[in-house]
Amino acid sequence: MSTVTGRIHSFQSLGTVDGPGVRFVAFLQGCHLRCGCCHNPDTWSLTDGTVYTPDEVVAKAVRFKEYFGTEGGITLSGGEPLLQADFVREVFRLCHREGIHTCLDTSWSILTDAVRAALDETDRVLLDVKYTDEERYRQYVGCRLEPVLQFLAELNEQQIPTTLRQVIIPTLNDTAADMQALKAIVDQHTCVDKIELLPFRKICQVKYDTLAIPFPFGQLPEPAAADMQRLEAVLRT
Amino acid sequence: MRHQNWNGFHEGAWQAEINVRDFIQQNYKEYAGDSCFLAGATARTAALMGKVQELFALERQRGGVLDIDTDTVSSLTSYAPGYIDRNNELIVGMQTDSPLKRGVNPFGGIRMARQACESYGYQLSDNVEKEFMFRTTHNSGVFRAYTDEMRLARRCHVITGLPDAYGRGRIIGDYRRVALYGVDHLIEEKKKDKQALANMPFDADHIRQSEELFQQITFLGYMKEMASMYGYDISGPAANAREAIQWTYFAYLASIKEQNGAAMSLGRVSTFFDIYIERDLANGTLTESEAQELVDDFVIKLRIARHLRTPEYNELFGGDPMWITEAVGGMGEDGRTLVTKSSFRMLNTLYTLGSSPEPNLTVLWSTALPEGFKKFCAKVSADTDSIQYENDDIMRPLYGDDYAIACCVSAMKVGKQMQFFGARCNLAKLLLIALNGGYDTTSGIHIGPQMPVLEGDTLDFDTVMERYAIYIGWLSELYVNTMNVIHYMHDKYAYEKTQMALHDTEVTRFMAFGIAGLSVVADSLSAIKFAAVHPIKDENGFITDFDTVGAFPKYGNDDDRVDLIAKDMTHRVITELRKTPTYRDAIHTLSVLTITSNVMYGKHTGATPDGRKAAEPFAPGANPMHNREENGALASLNSVAKISYDDCRDGVSNTFSITPEALGKTEDERIGNLVSILDGYFAKKAHHINVNVLNRETLMKAYENPEAYPNLTIRVSGYAVNFNKLSREQQREVISRTFHEAL
Repeated sequence: MSTVTGRIHSFQSLGTVDGPGVRFVAFLQGCHLRCGCCHNPDTWSLTDGTVYTPDEVVAKAVRFKEYFGTEGGITLSGGEPLLQADFVREVFRLCHREGIHTCLDTSWSILTDAVRAALDETDRVLLDVKYTDEERYRQYVGCRLEPVLQFLAELNEQQIPTTLRQVIIPTLNDTAADMQALKAIVDQHTCVDKIELLPFRKICQVKYDTLAIPFPFGQLPEPAAADMQRLEAVLRT
Repeated sequence: MRHQNWNGFHEGAWQAEINVRDFIQQNYKEYAGDSCFLAGATARTAALMGKVQELFALERQRGGVLDIDTDTVSSLTSYAPGYIDRNNELIVGMQTDSPLKRGVNPFGGIRMARQACESYGYQLSDNVEKEFMFRTTHNSGVFRAYTDEMRLARRCHVITGLPDAYGRGRIIGDYRRVALYGVDHLIEEKKKDKQALANMPFDADHIRQSEELFQQITFLGYMKEMASMYGYDISGPAANAREAIQWTYFAYLASIKEQNGAAMSLGRVSTFFDIYIERDLANGTLTESEAQELVDDFVIKLRIARHLRTPEYNELFGGDPMWITEAVGGMGEDGRTLVTKSSFRMLNTLYTLGSSPEPNLTVLWSTALPEGFKKFCAKVSADTDSIQYENDDIMRPLYGDDYAIACCVSAMKVGKQMQFFGARCNLAKLLLIALNGGYDTTSGIHIGPQMPVLEGDTLDFDTVMERYAIYIGWLSELYVNTMNVIHYMHDKYAYEKTQMALHDTEVTRFMAFGIAGLSVVADSLSAIKFAAVHPIKDENGFITDFDTVGAFPKYGNDDDRVDLIAKDMTHRVITELRKTPTYRDAIHTLSVLTITSNVMYGKHTGATPDGRKAAEPFAPGANPMHNREENGALASLNSVAKISYDDCRDGVSNTFSITPEALGKTEDERIGNLVSILDGYFAKKAHHINVNVLNRETLMKAYENPEAYPNLTIRVSGYAVNFNKLSREQQREVISRTFHEAL
């Protein structure tokens, strides 16, 4: 069991935007998606990163335990952490032994046994729903919405507290109708207790430049604060 | 002793002896709620503060000094009463006869008083020049006694910023005693102490003490006279909240008229005031709004306090600070919190009067503080960048629950302990001097043990450490002896009569040493240990630069390999310092604090093995070097938290800047997360943190366009400054610091 290892891109000791409270965030290496808005293209490769054992990761997290307060803990993000589901499960299991709250930042995964086992050790999921229809999923993500909804149904089945997140990209998903569609999904899943709209940001342009690959959405504008508020308001009605 | 002005107070030991702590413990009412009860600024307060803002603007226009009285030597009674707006002031008293007009105080040194006047386009009057022509000042006393080596150490900046040319400060009078007991009772007690000396062997120590008591008694008399010039009789105890605040302020005012020490800190007055405010509220003679007005008016007075400084001084301590440090909050030894509603009222002045560097509001943080107070502090930090935090949980076991902070991070029991302030030595420069066998390449001065330049193409860690240890030993002895000279002379020629009159006669003294360049040294030694450092020599064979090849762990990433080097350095230095006896048997203490002198220290230090270029600023205090943190904010905090307070009893300063976005998405999240960060950092036994919640862009805009940001306040190193009052060089250094950002 403890022979499993994981590939990790980097750590952030102070994470306050990926899950509740103050969190230690590990960004796992490797992703199967190629979202046009991705701000971590350097986590895509399945072979880069540094290999860690779960014990090593948890030993790092424990150093920050005093800062977690009543809400905080560890977040595994990425990349897509569920590509390394065995590793996620083991890290989270060890975290629970230390009394550390576990949070998984994912875009979904096929529900294998390994993924289900990882979810058993997950206290909260941050699920990234990129669009609310198949067409845009196909066009801008290169996969389908349906498995995402299946994944969400599983979270609902297990009643794992879930934050639904969506990156708002002007011209692609920033209409009131988009928000109503998102809300319709939320309303069908009682596990979702929070929705977070994240404004599309382009500060990651430098990462694409460094990797010498094009930033697919580099030509799109960032949403204005007022637009974000307008969309938030739709969700609240 | 009983007094009618004490009616309604609980009885206790405080009536039989001078014991403000006992009075507080018997009478204060803890407050565990939130900030909802607070009142805003009244029209009167707003109008008065408006006048003060106009004066601040005028002061800025005139290059930082509004006016100087060059004719009068500053003392308790040497100026006619001054007012901002006489009919609308609730608390009165001014350093000179007019707000923001600076007095001259030549007791520290006539040359400095002259220079300070000249640097602002004034000339010290002949009267004052004549008066001091045949008078020995602290400064001249020190230089009479300095050895050649002390002068050299000073000249090459390996020890620098020493209080030999300015008042030492860092002494906190227990100003509350005047309010609680009245001046007459304090005089009586001091007279008793003086009489008791007659039974002692009359050796040098007791003769000195006898003269000091004479001076203390005399100046308590002057304090009464000063108050009577403003129409107040402070011979007896204060009768109500307004008088308690007024009496306390008079005591503080007397001190800053007498002394121009570097840090003239206030102590711990909020909860003391609260007892009087609660009594008045219960009697129906005061409303919440009026209570806030009293605190506001007191704080306005503190905000206009000024001393006249030389340009050299401003380089060390940028931003025209007074360090009117007020310690707020904390826990009691009995487990009750010392937070009262007046702790909130004091912080609330940052809203009623706007953000400000002074008074230097310092929250004594305990993980056990009430949640409502923690959240209010975090909110005030995020909104104003004007407060700092220090760890009550590690200080309380050492200093009890009635200690305060002098300057930035120096804890002492109020009225029972004092310190001899000693600036700092430059550990990074000392490393270079050691490598060069007792030669400072920056100044061209030979100093310390003389030996050959360290040989070899690559520096070997053990060899370097062995040699460094020799120089640390040498410098420590020299440093203690230099301090002994300074404080002997300060006691002799510029003794703090008013402030010491507000101490117990038998006090504990600390001698506070300091180090600069800790992170530079830690990273340099780490480079020598884990990478390959090749020294580069000049034509004379001295090492002036380094070629560092390979990676090495850097302080600020929660990596024990280097963090423990930093921790070990502080332990080595304090251990060496303790080997040399101090003047008046003071207890050796050590701080890792630079104020703004990290810029100046860097300027006088050559290139270092960590890759820092010659003349580049150091990081402030115990901070990791700028932008070397790779694992985020908490990893950086963990590194600093490893420096032991047991080794650094005079404080470990850390200045932390974070963007609002990195703290959380909503205001509630940001407040909650900041509370968690503070709880975590202090649970790790860290000592101090300055919190700035702001964007680098804001500072850059203020740098380009100062007029648009007249009140931008930021925490720099144990204190806060108005950003515009820093030199351009100091501003650039602040901008270059690490800002922890959201990903």
